Amino acid sequence: MTGGVRVEALVVVTVLFLLVTVLGFVAARWRRGDLDSLHEWGLAGGRFGTVVTWFLLGGDLYTAYTFIAVPALVFGAGAIGFFAVPYTIIAYPLVYVTMPRLWSVSRAHGYVTPADFVRGRYGSRSLALAIAIAGILATLPYIALQLVGIQVVIAALGITGTGFMGDLPLIIAFVILAAYTYSSGLRAPALIALVKDALIFVTVIAAVTIIPSRLGGYGRIFAAVPPAKLLPAPAQFGAYATLALGSALALFLYPHSITGVLSSNSRRAIKRNAAMLPAYSFLLGLIALLGFMALAAGIKPDATYGTQAAVPALFNMMFPAWFAGVGFAAIAIGALVPAAIMSIATANLFTRNIYKEFLRPNASPREEATAAKAASLVVKFGALLFILLLQNARQEAINFQLLGGVWILQTFPAVIFGLYTRWFHRWALLAGWLVGMVLGTAMAASQHFTSIFPLRIGASTYPAYSAFYAFIANVIVAVVLTVVLRAMRVEGGPDETLSAEYLRA
Amino acid sequence: MSRQRTDARPRSRGRRLILLLLIVPFVGTLWVSTYARTAPSLLGFPFFYWYQFLWIGISAALTVVVYLVDPEAPGADEDRA
Repeated sequence: MTGGVRVEALVVVTVLFLLVTVLGFVAARWRRGDLDSLHEWGLAGGRFGTVVTWFLLGGDLYTAYTFIAVPALVFGAGAIGFFAVPYTIIAYPLVYVTMPRLWSVSRAHGYVTPADFVRGRYGSRSLALAIAIAGILATLPYIALQLVGIQVVIAALGITGTGFMGDLPLIIAFVILAAYTYSSGLRAPALIALVKDALIFVTVIAAVTIIPSRLGGYGRIFAAVPPAKLLPAPAQFGAYATLALGSALALFLYPHSITGVLSSNSRRAIKRNAAMLPAYSFLLGLIALLGFMALAAGIKPDATYGTQAAVPALFNMMFPAWFAGVGFAAIAIGALVPAAIMSIATANLFTRNIYKEFLRPNASPREEATAAKAASLVVKFGALLFILLLQNARQEAINFQLLGGVWILQTFPAVIFGLYTRWFHRWALLAGWLVGMVLGTAMAASQHFTSIFPLRIGASTYPAYSAFYAFIANVIVAVVLTVVLRAMRVEGGPDETLSAEYLRA
Repeated sequence: MSRQRTDARPRSRGRRLILLLLIVPFVGTLWVSTYARTAPSLLGFPFFYWYQFLWIGISAALTVVVYLVDPEAPGADEDRA
């Protein structure tokens, strides 16, 4: 990026950032509740109706990193990056079927996290701990990547200082974020999500009308894409499908997704959202195409940020300065919302499933809320230090986020199968989880942290998403060991839930 | 609840079968070899791209259909947005 600080864009970004800062603090008074209880701080008391839930989940799932990384992948690797679209198409039918059950049983028993549910369903502290650890490990690098999203925007604004002064904008943004998350809890990102989503919609609609008209229409844009990037090769079909399926199965296992689901006020709100959230998928598809527009516009990968700078560079090239500012603000605020929800969800997991479970079993509700607030700070500043201090932190964060997808999918059998059946044995689920975690990590590491693992069976090679292979292994282990443990009559643990509780409104 | 109904009561067979509609998007989008081609294009979009955009709409529409026949949908009163 050259040309010094882009003042007009910087002013727009600053003004919008101040607006959401005010909203973040005001949010404490919105749908008022006792913020000294974890249920109120961490789930907003479960008061959000269909519309707020839609904004919250949209703001939560479609992160700044999504807006940077998906078009970057399409820009760099081509059609395979478009898997994000089928991924978000098939995620929502799954939500429709599974999440109302989780919502109902959680409401009946006061569960705040997926690990709470697993604890109640299988009577197993160790299985619940495994679920909590996978959730925390998967979310931390995701938070760090939101910081990368903000960094890319700061660089695109022409602020390129080195050392502490160069990092200062990011530090200020994060300190403010931490402060209002601490004081307002989940209400802050929910309220800010309204602004974020409005900005994203405006930016994307402008982008997909203005940019193609300047590049000579969509036909010309697609014609400028090298043929090898325009379609996935037949050898990539399996990878494309398993990336979409594996990511879709994993999406609503992420703690921040479940936080969004549990904060809604009814099963109907969740079901309606399953029908309404595809609006964001449409947006995401358009955003993915920005990668091709950047190709057609002749943008080259950036020296520092590589393909990730493609979309900001495109905005700088195609938009008037002030509107590029709107786009950058959309991305930066798009980082704050998920970062807040992720830190809250991680804090909930730590408080409920580690702190209260193992360290302070008699913690009062007030102490629980205090611990969660402190944990949310630790998580955020941990991510900040990681990004600022570690050499090559950006690449590490991307690698770990990839592993996070592998890890979180390994909680599927315990959580999602558990919503339907108690057939699985708790130790079998734990063993399956462990096998999936180790195998998935080893597969990803063996491919230098790319998502696709080429499985060789005999003379044939089947490239597919490593998380998906690990998941298959996980399920096989869980099934086989359940049969064995049941045959040996090993005690299965108490189930505190009743089948009617999964359907209760 | 305006009507007398217990949630634990098994849903009728027809209403359960409707849920199968939610499997259709999986077939439509995960069977990549059926749509990984450029022709016919639409408004400048190669088939591969507009086909997947189309499925966003189809999937949402199927979800709406399922929701409308869902016994929980009509007349409930607990939701305030």
